[in-house]
Formats: sequence, C-alpha cells, structure tokens
Amino acid sequence: MGRERLTALELELESELDYPQVGVRPQAPRPLWSRTLRRLKIPLMLLPALLVIVLLFGGGLVSALLQSLGYMPIIGRHEFTLDAYRHIFRDPVFYRSLGLTLWISLVSTSTAVVLAVISALALRRPFRGKRFVSFIYQLNIPIPHLVGAIGILLLFSQSGFLARLAYFGGLIQQPSDFPALVYDPYALGIILEYVWKTTFFIGVIVLSALQAAGDEYENVARTLGANRWQRLRYVIVPTITPAVLSSSILVFAFTFGSFEVPYLLGQRFPSALPVLAYRQYVNPDLNARPEAMALSIVISVIITLLILLYMKLAKRE
Amino acid sequence: MNSRLYNSLLWSIRLAIVVGVLILFVPLVVWSFSRSWYFPNLVPTAYSWRAWSYIFDPTSRVWPALVNSFVIATAVTLFSILIGLPAGRALGLHQFRGKTLVEFLILMPTIVPVLAAAFGIHVMFIRYGLSDSLLGVVLVHLIPVTPYVVLILSSIFANYNIEYEEQARSLGARPWQLFLYITLPAIFPGLVVGSLFAFIISWSQYLLTLLIGGGQVPTLPVMLFAFATSGDYALTAALSLVFIGPALLLLLLTARYLTGENAALGQYVKQ
Repeated sequence: MGRERLTALELELESELDYPQVGVRPQAPRPLWSRTLRRLKIPLMLLPALLVIVLLFGGGLVSALLQSLGYMPIIGRHEFTLDAYRHIFRDPVFYRSLGLTLWISLVSTSTAVVLAVISALALRRPFRGKRFVSFIYQLNIPIPHLVGAIGILLLFSQSGFLARLAYFGGLIQQPSDFPALVYDPYALGIILEYVWKTTFFIGVIVLSALQAAGDEYENVARTLGANRWQRLRYVIVPTITPAVLSSSILVFAFTFGSFEVPYLLGQRFPSALPVLAYRQYVNPDLNARPEAMALSIVISVIITLLILLYMKLAKRE
Repeated sequence: MNSRLYNSLLWSIRLAIVVGVLILFVPLVVWSFSRSWYFPNLVPTAYSWRAWSYIFDPTSRVWPALVNSFVIATAVTLFSILIGLPAGRALGLHQFRGKTLVEFLILMPTIVPVLAAAFGIHVMFIRYGLSDSLLGVVLVHLIPVTPYVVLILSSIFANYNIEYEEQARSLGARPWQLFLYITLPAIFPGLVVGSLFAFIISWSQYLLTLLIGGGQVPTLPVMLFAFATSGDYALTAALSLVFIGPALLLLLLTARYLTGENAALGQYVKQ
C-alpha cells in the first residue's frame, strides 16, 4: 500500500515534468469518432447559418440569374439567351430609372453623412439633457422605413401639414400651389425619408467612434496651438473617417436596392430600379419575367461594383 | 468663432435633432384620433376613436394581419437564435481557416439587396409548395435576419470569458448545466437585443412577405401599405403607431442594456 502510494506520487511528479499544467493527467488517445466530431465541431456550428445564406440567399440569386438568361424549365424553356439583358440595355426607360436611383442614393447618403457628422459633434461632450437627446437620437433607427414614408406623406404632401402651414402663412392659396415634394420628379420625398432614417444610423456609429477616441489627441493638438478648424481637419476627420466610410457604404447599398419607400413616395415614371423590376415581375406577360430577373441581377451587380470601387478609393485615402 | 456663439450653435443643433426626429411622429398621433381633418385646417375639426377601435376589433381585417405578423416574427426570432447561437459562438470564440470567407458570406445579405434572391426564391418555393404559406414567409425572412443575429451574438461571444466554462466543467458540470448556468446568464443581454432585432427585422419586412406570401399571408406592413395608398389616413396613422411598438420596446431595453448599467454585460464589456 505504502509502496503503491509512493509510485503514484512519483508518477504524478514525473507527469508534472512532462505536462507543466498542474493536475492535467495524460489522456488516452480519443477514439476516431470523437476526433472526427471535434474536427467537425466548428463547421457543424456554422452549418445552419450557412444553409440560410448559401441555400436560400445564394440559391435564390442563382435561380434569378438562370431565369434572367431565359432558363425557365417550368414553362419549357431550356436554352440560354442574353435577350433579356440586351432588351434592358437598349431601353431608355432603364437608363432613366438608373439615373433616378443613383440620384436618390447619392443625394440621400451624402446629405445624411453631413448631417450625421454635424449632429455627432454636437452630442459628443457632456451637457445638460444629454441622456434625453441621445435617446431621441436613437429613436428612429429601429422604426420601419414604411412608417417613415407615411410620416413624410402626411407632412410633405400637397395637402400635408407643411402645405397647411404655408396656407396660414399666406404663401399658398390651394394645395396645388405647394411645391410637389412627394411623387415629384426629383424624388425629394424619397430622399427626405432616407435622410431622416439614415442620418441617425450613421450618426450613432460616428458618435461611438468619437467617444472611443476620447479627447486626448484634441487636447494635445490644442496645446500645440491648433485652432478649432485645424483640430477638426487633422484630428476629428481622421478619427471618424473609417466609421463614416463603413456606415455610408451600408446606407448607399440600402438606398440603391430598397423598394418600399420609392414604391410609396415615388412618381410612376421614371421609377427607381427596384420598383421597375417589381413591376416587371408582377407583369402577367411571362416574357417580362426574364427581364425582371435581369433587372434585379443588374441592380445587385451595380451595387457590388460601386461598393468595390468605393472600398478601393477608401483604401487609397 | 467665439465660444459663446459656438455654444449656441451646439444647442441649436441639439434642438434640431429633437425636432427633426419627433416631427414625423406628430402627424401620426394626431391623424390616428382624427375624424375629419381637411385642408387647410391645422388641427382636426372632429376627433374619434374609430381607427383605434377598428384595429383592436377581433372581427376587423387588421386583426388577422396583426396575429400573422406576430406569429411569423416570433417563429423567425426563435429559428434565427437557434441558428445564430452556434454560429455566433464559432465566430466569436474560435479562430479557424476560412473564417473571413464565412464572415463575408454571412454579411452578404446586408449589402446585396434581397430583391434578386427574392425573385429567384419565389420560383423555387412555388415548385416546392412553400409559396403563399406562413412557413415560406418565415423561411425567407431568415435571410435578412440571420446576418444581424449572428453578428450581434458573435460580438457578445468575442467578449465572453470561456474560462468560467472550464471552471464549471472541472467542477463536474454537464453540458446542459454549462449552458444554463454559465453561458446563458453571460450572453443573456446580447440574446435579448439579438432577439428583438430579429423580431423587428421580420416584423418590418414588406417586399419579401408580399412576394412569397403572394397576398395569401396578410401581415401588418402589407395591410399598412394598402391603407396608405387607399387614403384612409386615420387608420394608416393608428396602424403605423402599432407597427412601431416593438421598435420602441427594443429601444427602451437596449438603452438599459447597452449603456453598461447592466452588471452581467458590463462585466464582459470591460474585459
């Protein structure tokens, strides 16, 4: 018994030399199934999420691509053709819609960035009522765009609240005197909604970048004699650039490919590209189907290209 | 610019933020109680509860849409959490080959518009009998929801201290006990925020529901769109306010969880 105890102690001492961690005993090699399971652990953990993305999202994209090439076995079409794309690229309607969509995305994203930076700068320091204003600042981020669009409709349409104010201010006599801000050729109603929704999204991200960076660099710049403008240019702008770039990419992509706001607030012609694609899709004429698919693919490709270009430019900066 | 002027500039910006955000909600509230409010009156000439009592009348057309929206969003939330938990854990806690690719793939639906995929899926779903059904709508809602849930949970797991699990295991805890007593309490705040995000993203879907549901699955946004284009502004406004309910709930909760006031999360955020 005593001898046995001693050997056990000796063994443990020996194993401590081999295995520096105290208390870890050498283990028998795991059986094959267990090792395989361990190797597959991470792929298995990722599998459900990847199924959603690859099977549903990717599968949907591939199915749309095939149909845009005219492959529709359901109605007995098996040959591939570029007719749908050829038709789209020859159609002036496409270019008007593309121009309008680019206009909407560019104007709303750049306006939102400017407003977001200004507002984040006004909120970063402690002040009385900061909690309240910060709460309001985040209030509309989770609000659905559809509700924002309805709010714009009730405020800015020709019989909306602003038009009524203008009437009482003696500026207009009847609704039609009020400038069209909804269903208008410049898509101002759509842009207003996007700016209202996305300013605060970008703003919150910029604000957190500002607050993470703290005041130190600015204080150093101040002691070195930098004035307010120089501190903005050489301290604040470099601090917030990554936040602005990444959030504005998301906003641009969203506003370019989004459907319901231009569907509700846009004029009928020309319409934003996603609305055009949807109208083609629900067109009872089956020949319009490949065109709708091709349009939706073109939208996705344009967004991907724009984002790649943007990221390249951002990297050079 | 002197500092007094600068200060008043700051305050006018802050005021503009508050007014700018809230101004869109004002007409919604007023319209929802109005009975007649014609141009050019600045306030309604008659008020009524009509819109509100219509919405909460179980025999109205709105009620089934509300139920549908709630059932769909709840199912989507449950599924997305079940999908997102293991994926978020793998991405937040482990390094492995191809991680960047997986992250890129999972983020794809947040950048590439879902329109093209929705058109393609619709045709696939028609073939498998999933279109015009609740299940089909739930499945397709998982596309925009999954990236956000995985993202939120992986950032929670990135700050999660796995040593607690090892301690519990060395004390003899079984896997389910590990999850229930160690993992779950630690990730709970993230789970709540992730679930609410999932719920709201599903709750807000319009185009996907319209396409895949094919009008057979009326949800709140589908109904809201119909009212907004029909010109019944009182009903549209009241329904809009119901529609933003979950978003407001999310905000109240995240305001509490994300300001570091909560001990459970704060502990991990600090590390």
